[in-house]
Amino acid sequence: MKALPALAATLFALCIWQAIVSATGLPRFILPGPALVAETWWHHRWVIAEHTMITALEVLIGLVIGSALGVVTAIQLATSRMARVLVQPILVFTQALPVFALAPILTLWLGFGLWSKVFMAVLIIYFPVTSAFFDGLMRTPQGYLDLARTMQASPARILWHIRVPAALPSLASGLRLAAVYAPIGAVIGEWVGASRGLGYLMLLANGRAKTDLMFAAMLTLGVFSVLLHITVVLLTRRLERRSKV
Amino acid sequence: MTKASGIPAAKPTAPAVTVTGNASINDAPLFAPLTLRLDAGRWTCLLGGSGVGKSTLLRLICGLATGADFQGEIRASDAVPVADRVAYMAQDDLLLPWASVAQNVLLGSRLRGQVADQDRLARILERVGLSDHATKKPDELSGGQRQRVALARTLMEDKPIILLDEPFSALDAQTRAAMQDLAVELLADKTVLIVTHDPAEAARLGQAIVVMTPAGLQNFPHPASAIPRPIDDLETLECQAALLRHLREDTSQERSTS
Repeated sequence: MKALPALAATLFALCIWQAIVSATGLPRFILPGPALVAETWWHHRWVIAEHTMITALEVLIGLVIGSALGVVTAIQLATSRMARVLVQPILVFTQALPVFALAPILTLWLGFGLWSKVFMAVLIIYFPVTSAFFDGLMRTPQGYLDLARTMQASPARILWHIRVPAALPSLASGLRLAAVYAPIGAVIGEWVGASRGLGYLMLLANGRAKTDLMFAAMLTLGVFSVLLHITVVLLTRRLERRSKV
Repeated sequence: MTKASGIPAAKPTAPAVTVTGNASINDAPLFAPLTLRLDAGRWTCLLGGSGVGKSTLLRLICGLATGADFQGEIRASDAVPVADRVAYMAQDDLLLPWASVAQNVLLGSRLRGQVADQDRLARILERVGLSDHATKKPDELSGGQRQRVALARTLMEDKPIILLDEPFSALDAQTRAAMQDLAVELLADKTVLIVTHDPAEAARLGQAIVVMTPAGLQNFPHPASAIPRPIDDLETLECQAALLRHLREDTSQERSTS
C-alpha cells in the first residue's frame, strides 16, 4: 500500500517537470522533458543496461567487502580497548577527509577498471557500517552482561551469544545507510576515470550536450539505488526480527 | 549451620555466607561498616528504602561491578569462594528476546560451552509449568510466565547460593504470590538472599528479616512458621504491619534529621 502514494507522487513530479518544459520552451540540451528522456532511454536501453550492469557490479562488490570490513573492525574495536585507543581516532580522522578527493589517486593506483570504483564504494560505506555496529556492540543492556558474568561466561562467548545478536538491529541500520552511499561512491569513481558504468555514461552524454541521455542514465541510477535500498531493507528486517526487543 | 526444618540437605550442601565491610562512592559513605549473615539453606530478606545500598550489597555477593568502593570480605562457611557459586535473578527477567524459552533456560551452559542437559531442562520446565512453551519466544509470554522462565534459568544453574534482586516486584499481586510459592518450593535447601522493598514479601518469605537503613543493618523478628507463609496468616500480617511501621519511622526520622 506504501507503493501507491509513492507512485502518485512520482507521476505528479513528472507532470510538473513536463509542464515547466512545455511552458518555458527550454531547448532540449538545457532541460529535456520526461517524454523525451523516456524515448531516449528506450532508444538506448541496451547501452544503458550494459553500463548499469557494470555500476551494479561495482556497488555490490563494494557493499560486500565494505560491510565485511566494517563488521570485523567493529568487533575488533568492541573487544579490545587497545584497538579503541589506537584505531578509533584514525577512523574518525579518515572520515573527516573528503573521500572524493581521493578518487583521482585511487584511479592512479588501481587503474581505470572495476577495482578503483569498488574501493571508492568500500571507503564510503566502511565508516557508517563500522560505526553503527560498534555502537550497538557497546550498548548491550547491562543486565545481560551481569547475568552472563554470574554464569562464568568467557568474553568470547558473551560476544557471540549476547553482544552480537543484541547489536544486529544497529548493524541493520548501518547496512541500510551503506546501500544508499555505495552507488554514490561507485559513480564518483566512474566520473574521475572510467570507460564503462553509469557515471561514465552521464559524463559522456553531458560532454556531448546529450542532456536527455544524461537524464536517462541518472534516473536509471536512481531507480537502481532505490531497488538496492529496498532489497537491503528486506534483508535486514530478518536480522532485526531475529533480535526483536 | 542451621538447616530448614524437615527438608533434607541438597548436595552439595548450601553454605552460610557472611558479608562484612563498608562501602563508599567517591569517598562518600554508601553504607557504614556492617555484617550481613545469610544462614545456610534459608531465606534471608533484605528490606529497605531506595538508595540505601541493598542492591549494591547483593551485587557485591554476586561479584558484579557496583561503582562503589567496598572494603571488607565476603566469605562462605565452607571457605570456598562465593562468586562462582551464585545464581542471580533480577526484577527484569533478562530473557534474550531472540532466543526461545528453552534456549534462555540453557543460557548458562551455552555461555560456558557445556553440553546442555536436556533431561534436566525438561524436568525444570515441567516444575515451573512451561513444558508446552519451550519453543516460544519471550514476547509470546505473559509477565508471570516470563518470570517463571527466569526462575527456571536460575534453577538450571544449580548453584547453592541464590541472589534475588526484587525478583517479583514487577508482577501483579496474584502472580507475585504464586511466584513466591513456586520459588520457595523450588529453591528449598538453597541459601537465598532476596532484596525487596515490599514488607508483605519479607513477612511471607523471611526466615531472617534484615532491615537496611543508612545507619546499618537491623535484624527484625519474623514469624516462626514455615515459608511460604499463608497470605492471611495473622502472625504474618502483624509482621508485615510492624515492618511497614518500622520503615516509615525510619523515613520520618531521616527527614527530621536531614
